[in-house]
Amino acid sequence: MNKTPLNQIHKDMGAKMTNFGGWEMPVEYTGIIEEHKAVRNQCGLFDVSHMGEILISGENAAKSLQKIITNDLQKLEPGKIIYTPICKPDGGIIDDLLVYCLQEDQYLMVVNASNIEKDFKWINNHLLEKTKADNLSNKYAMLALQGPESKKILTQLTDIDLNSLDYYRFRQAKAAGIEMIISRTGYTGELGYELYFEPEAAVKIWDQLMEAGSDFGLKACGLGARDTLRLEKAYPLYGNDIDETTNPYQAGLSWTVAINKGDFIGREKLIEIEKNCCQQKLSSFKITGRGMARHGYEVYAEQEKIGEVTSGSYSPTLEESIGLAYLKNEYTEPGTEIEIKVRKRMVKAEVLKGPFV
Amino acid sequence: MSVKDGLYYSEDHEWVREEEDCLVIGVTDFAQEELGDIVFVELPEAGEEFEKNDSFGVLESVKAVSDTFIPVSAKIMEVNENLIDNPELINDDPYGEGWLIKVDPADDSELDELLSAEEYAEFIEEE
Repeated sequence: MNKTPLNQIHKDMGAKMTNFGGWEMPVEYTGIIEEHKAVRNQCGLFDVSHMGEILISGENAAKSLQKIITNDLQKLEPGKIIYTPICKPDGGIIDDLLVYCLQEDQYLMVVNASNIEKDFKWINNHLLEKTKADNLSNKYAMLALQGPESKKILTQLTDIDLNSLDYYRFRQAKAAGIEMIISRTGYTGELGYELYFEPEAAVKIWDQLMEAGSDFGLKACGLGARDTLRLEKAYPLYGNDIDETTNPYQAGLSWTVAINKGDFIGREKLIEIEKNCCQQKLSSFKITGRGMARHGYEVYAEQEKIGEVTSGSYSPTLEESIGLAYLKNEYTEPGTEIEIKVRKRMVKAEVLKGPFV
Repeated sequence: MSVKDGLYYSEDHEWVREEEDCLVIGVTDFAQEELGDIVFVELPEAGEEFEKNDSFGVLESVKAVSDTFIPVSAKIMEVNENLIDNPELINDDPYGEGWLIKVDPADDSELDELLSAEEYAEFIEEE
């Protein structure tokens, strides 16, 4: 199993570890609910070094990427970031990722851990001449510092003015004496930063952040809280809510498809999909009866199967069971009553609009 | 992680306590620790009967779902209604306020097939 440079720290802290896409990662340290609340109210520190980094460089880097991603690379300039899917010709989502514009001819793609090999191969197969892709996943460790106190904590480690760093912007700067990418991004819906740096510095940076955060209620957080935090914001998770059998339109990601930017992989099919409207849409719901929905549970209305749950968990903020499900179009209106088959029982639920929190 | 003396244990991580007129059953400290924050409990109704090792309920934590298995054949006398609104009692006090059910056993001799505290402690050591 792959290990991040902080593996021993997690174990020393008593974290429960799990295999996540071939990586031994911390699920929780003191409890998912407690960690979740720390991020919403103070701050949490996540080791997300399992994430992959692929560098695209060369004369045709921008042109190549514009063909590979569905969002519009024109929106980028050095220091900016975009979120985008990459799709197959049939519109199915290969991965969802961030693209960082390091320079005009250099872009860093940050991809899901379980898709690194697949993405790297796909990208390599679609690069134009005078352009290359390097899989730098082992050259970067990554930490996510997330929560309302994150700015105060990170400020103690760096000279850059974080007030001038806007959402989806980054700087290459020093923090804790280490050269890194400081990025105003995250997967929790809170003010937060993602930091990319050499793996050898991971322990030092982790320790310094934990130290700097000790006065601000900073807690180490695992993948368990990461999942409940993103679910409350209705952010899709690759492998759960989106995959190669789903397209950006049905997943509620139409804003990431720049259909008029020129040709790109999947465009033709996506035009068709948009025109015909998808049959199903990823929808938010909360359980109004008693029970919890989980990935794969069937959804019914009027005795007819109308969809399937893709994510389901407990919301520590709302203290309710919530989830995401692909539902037939006619049942996606907020307020619609649905039923979820929880093992052998039918449990009542209600369709909601957008994020839960 | 605590294992309480004087109780019987199953390899499915339930404990059984003998009282004068019934057996009390719950899940062990090890089990609640493994599950993490428990947020939902599904329990049987009084009067239902179960064969040894049948699933009699469900515990859901934030991350996972887990069945609970009855360690002896028995009829349910009472369930811990407190857990419906306060499932976290299982995390906080698994051997006390977090008990799950009280039962009338079909065959007292089945208790002898369960593990002692010492045997259970060894068992989880190996897990």
